[in-house]
Amino acid sequence: MSTSSNWVALTTLWLKECTRFMRIWVQTLVPPAITMSLYFIIFGSLIGNRIGKMGGFSYMEFIVPGLIMMSVITNSYANVSSSFFSAKFQRNVEELIISPIPTWAIILGFVGGGVARATLIGIIVTSVSLLFVDVSIHNLGVIVITLLLTAVLFSTAGLLNAIYAKTFDDISVVPTFVLTPLTYLGGVFYSLSLLPEFWQMVSKANPIVYMVNGFRYGFLGVSDVSIGLSLTILLVFNIILFSLAYVLLERGTGIRS
Amino acid sequence: MHALNIANLKKVYKGGVEALKGLDLVVKEGDFFALLGPNGAGKSTTIGIVSSLVNASSGDVTIFGYDLQTQKAEAKSCIGLVPQEFNFNQFETLLQIVLNQAGYYGVPRAEAKTRAEKYLKQLELWDKRNARARELSGGMKRRLMIARALMHEPKMLILDEPTAGVDIEIRRSMWTFLKQINEQGITIILTTHYLEEAESLCRNIAIIDKGRIVENTSIKALLATLNSETFVLDIQAENVPKLSGFDYRMLDDHTIEVDILKESGLNAVFVQLQEQGIQVMSMRNKSNRLEELFVRLVESGRAQVGG
Repeated sequence: MSTSSNWVALTTLWLKECTRFMRIWVQTLVPPAITMSLYFIIFGSLIGNRIGKMGGFSYMEFIVPGLIMMSVITNSYANVSSSFFSAKFQRNVEELIISPIPTWAIILGFVGGGVARATLIGIIVTSVSLLFVDVSIHNLGVIVITLLLTAVLFSTAGLLNAIYAKTFDDISVVPTFVLTPLTYLGGVFYSLSLLPEFWQMVSKANPIVYMVNGFRYGFLGVSDVSIGLSLTILLVFNIILFSLAYVLLERGTGIRS
Repeated sequence: MHALNIANLKKVYKGGVEALKGLDLVVKEGDFFALLGPNGAGKSTTIGIVSSLVNASSGDVTIFGYDLQTQKAEAKSCIGLVPQEFNFNQFETLLQIVLNQAGYYGVPRAEAKTRAEKYLKQLELWDKRNARARELSGGMKRRLMIARALMHEPKMLILDEPTAGVDIEIRRSMWTFLKQINEQGITIILTTHYLEEAESLCRNIAIIDKGRIVENTSIKALLATLNSETFVLDIQAENVPKLSGFDYRMLDDHTIEVDILKESGLNAVFVQLQEQGIQVMSMRNKSNRLEELFVRLVESGRAQVGG
């Protein structure tokens, strides 16, 4: 297809994905706002007041970037994994397979939907946090780049999960047993400097640590890891996962017999 | 130019099931072509490979001269597919479904809207354009899949059992629609279990069984090979009728089934019955002519393979 036809195909898929999560906004946009409000009230206000300073900031200020990032990660992943798997389950993924839309556009269309939802939720959670604390911005560029790269990464990961998934259970296993523990242990609620040296080393093998800290650096100007390393890791993981998704879809893994 | 050219197509599924064993098939541009075969013969696999839903194990497929492997986008743009099972998003509206499909083929939104109105009106779905797909009746869902397949204005339409589960009235109106678009130049390939459908719509036919084509000819030529037909006669008789020179069976006291050779005609049967004082009250064909041929071809093909 020509470049303009590819562009039409890509925007069609992206808009369809955005329409999907907007149509079911009660399931997609409201829950993170409620969950994060509870985190802010319980951990930020009630318990946070007794914790004192962390990394030189109030506990509430410290956890805000991490909680936004946590919402971005879970929602970008959930959006693409459930949308692509539903398309497989209802077989409407066949609409894409039979059409001349290129594989890269299929990936970008689904991932774009995940990024759109994650960004919207990032804005919602940030707005909610403003009710509890004044959010300062140290470097807007780092915030935007980290948020986008993280949303792309977990959207692509959600796509890979859905490619392999055969049942709805298969798309809940990774979020429950991998994503949630890694996020909670990824420095959302604490600074790595609180950990013994050995566990600090172990924590640095967790890629989510780099995302949370990169994002926190954008807001507060403090990070447990180098910001350059954070962005490099995000970029490398993105390239690896995109390539993997491309190869699998080209082969027809999970979608063609 | 050939609309479709399949050469030595093979497909072995994981687990070792050999669905296609070197299938060759040519469909001419503008043709109305029927692909028939019993369940599990390889029809859906063939259509699946042509429409890129199934990976071929080996063989070549060209669509209007475009190689499906090396000129994928061009080849795919030539095909519109109406699958056997409903495969649209049940939660989307009709308009969303057809507009999105056009978008995937690169049709700009303004043009897609014009086409959506045209095809949804032609298929009597325009009034339902804002309804969700799951709210439609079975017949409407089938017509929606036809409208969706036409949105990028393909040169060839492939329909996998398009009238399965559709009532007679809607089936007839779908036939009329398909004839019209074929007359406008769209090549149509149809698989069906309704042999009457193939007989009244299609010009050429291929019969597939166990992954191979066992017959590929025109419907007329195929029907010409049929040398006998079976008639069922409802009779009023006091004695059991006897017919010499014919194979016949009594189904009950008032019904007789007679095999009539093409060259012998029916008159002799009536003469013999009249001589015995038997009155024929009504008469009908036992089965569709094509159905008989179909069964014979499949059976003889199996006998050859088995032998």
